[in-house]
Amino acid sequence: MSTPRSTVAAAAPWVAAAAVLVLAVVSLFVGVADVNLGSLLTDPEAREVFALSRVPRTAALLLAGSALAVAGLIMQHLARNRFVAPTTAGTIDAAGLGLLTATVLFAGASIMTKITIAMVFALAGTALFIGIIQRIQFKDVILVPLVGLLLGGVFSAIAEFFAYRHNLTQTMSVWMNGDFSGVIQGRYETLWLAGAVVLVAYLFANRFTAAGMGREFATNIGVDYRLWMSAGLTIAAMVTAVVVVTVGAIPFLGLIVPNIVTLMLGDNLRRVLPTTALAGAALVVLCDILGRWLIHPYEIAVGTIVGVVGSAIFLVLVLRRSNRYATA
Amino acid sequence: MITIQDITKSYGEATVVDGVFLNLPDAGVTSIIGPNGAGKSTLLSIVSRILGADAGTVAVEGLDVFRSPSKDVAKKLSILRQDQHTSARITVGELVEFGRYPHSHGRLTPECRAAVASAIDYCDLGDLTERPIHQLSGGQRQRAYVAMVLAQDTRYVLLDEPLNNLDMVHATGLMRLLRGLADTHGKSVVLVLHDINYASVYSDRIIAMRDGAVVQDGPPARVMTPEALESVYGMAFHVHELDGDRMAAYFR
Repeated sequence: MSTPRSTVAAAAPWVAAAAVLVLAVVSLFVGVADVNLGSLLTDPEAREVFALSRVPRTAALLLAGSALAVAGLIMQHLARNRFVAPTTAGTIDAAGLGLLTATVLFAGASIMTKITIAMVFALAGTALFIGIIQRIQFKDVILVPLVGLLLGGVFSAIAEFFAYRHNLTQTMSVWMNGDFSGVIQGRYETLWLAGAVVLVAYLFANRFTAAGMGREFATNIGVDYRLWMSAGLTIAAMVTAVVVVTVGAIPFLGLIVPNIVTLMLGDNLRRVLPTTALAGAALVVLCDILGRWLIHPYEIAVGTIVGVVGSAIFLVLVLRRSNRYATA
Repeated sequence: MITIQDITKSYGEATVVDGVFLNLPDAGVTSIIGPNGAGKSTLLSIVSRILGADAGTVAVEGLDVFRSPSKDVAKKLSILRQDQHTSARITVGELVEFGRYPHSHGRLTPECRAAVASAIDYCDLGDLTERPIHQLSGGQRQRAYVAMVLAQDTRYVLLDEPLNNLDMVHATGLMRLLRGLADTHGKSVVLVLHDINYASVYSDRIIAMRDGAVVQDGPPARVMTPEALESVYGMAFHVHELDGDRMAAYFR
């Protein structure tokens, strides 16, 4: 029992890193314009496409994928429920409502203003969700995320109402679907912020693990429960806001990646966070490559593909919860 | 010494702990007994700063538990509660390492590793370090948590009903382990117990609470009498001397 588990644990980050590397290289050379190693050396136009479009797009995919997966990991751990993630806690919809609010109230707002406002909304929405689930009596594993999905529905309904009034419904639906086809140099850099936040989360991984073990566990070893709960939810809200504003929502990513990784490696965040980040990056790059390749030369938005793949995996995870899986 | 002064806690109209003054010793095994709702667990939670008090102070060797930095308190006092058991999938080894957090903040020093190893060894968990805690039996899991507080290496170890859900084999094993912490590690073990005979056999001192107040306090010989126990529980007891221990019979 002990040997296979530690072997898996030792190998997992390297396997995930190798997958990221291979997929990233593929991502750099897949697209409408023909770019390969030879043309990079000889053709200045290919070099330009490579530097202005392919590299930014691949970097954006890696950053968004890893950050959202880590945001989901922290949320499910702190909420002590494996089905709590940005998608199922209303965080994404709240961020979208914030983005709309920023657009309507401050026409021509800078991207940082939009991110800040979306983050405040995402944080408030998530805090509302946590407040609700702490007050309700039932603690069924499935009902908790259902409350979050309902809450998210309310947020997006409000957003839709105002979007309709301002003739923004189409724009809104484009925003809310994660799409990297518009990513070029100069239009994705805010995602580095999400990457930085993930690094910070890693530095404090032990605190988050302790806080997720419960208030009394944390207090006993001198970890400030309220502080690290708030810090963790802030990180999740920040990452979600940055990704939603910059490239749009990628549903279910923050749910399925941490679930699968922690199923194999356990819940010690210091140990699972790097693998979760790498696996999230790999999945998003893979889905984006599929999106570019399936109906070439057109594209399917990555949000659509991850949404289809993710909701299917989500269902599998929910249905197999009867075995040792979801005892939260 | 832990100095408890005038601790009061109420929930609405109900006063759960009512102006308790108490000194807990810096060595030995101290058991807190009493009927349900006497305020035992609430008092233990307040002493360990898990719960705030409405009034009063608690000081561990002069350190105010409510006002001092939590991690300083965590080096002097540890608390193990029944309901802190978690569904998180972490291994026994990782759990015990968390005991070192107040000392190392997660970056284990060689001293930490030695403390973790000896705690695991002392609690006989050597074969289980890689096992996730949710796969353990109740007795094993309780030992894993004891190993964590042992690695935390605090003078005071507080336990809230540690025998819950344990059969007599594991309950006795755990009580021996705790007695050993006091005898060989020089710790002060304070525990809330429901089984008064375990309290009688393993304690140096028994504190009995009723209606939020301390009603009996002394060595087992003084508290394990029919009169004293009746004053605590409001029912009749027979107390028998058995191999030098005082055992209460209350089954009929």
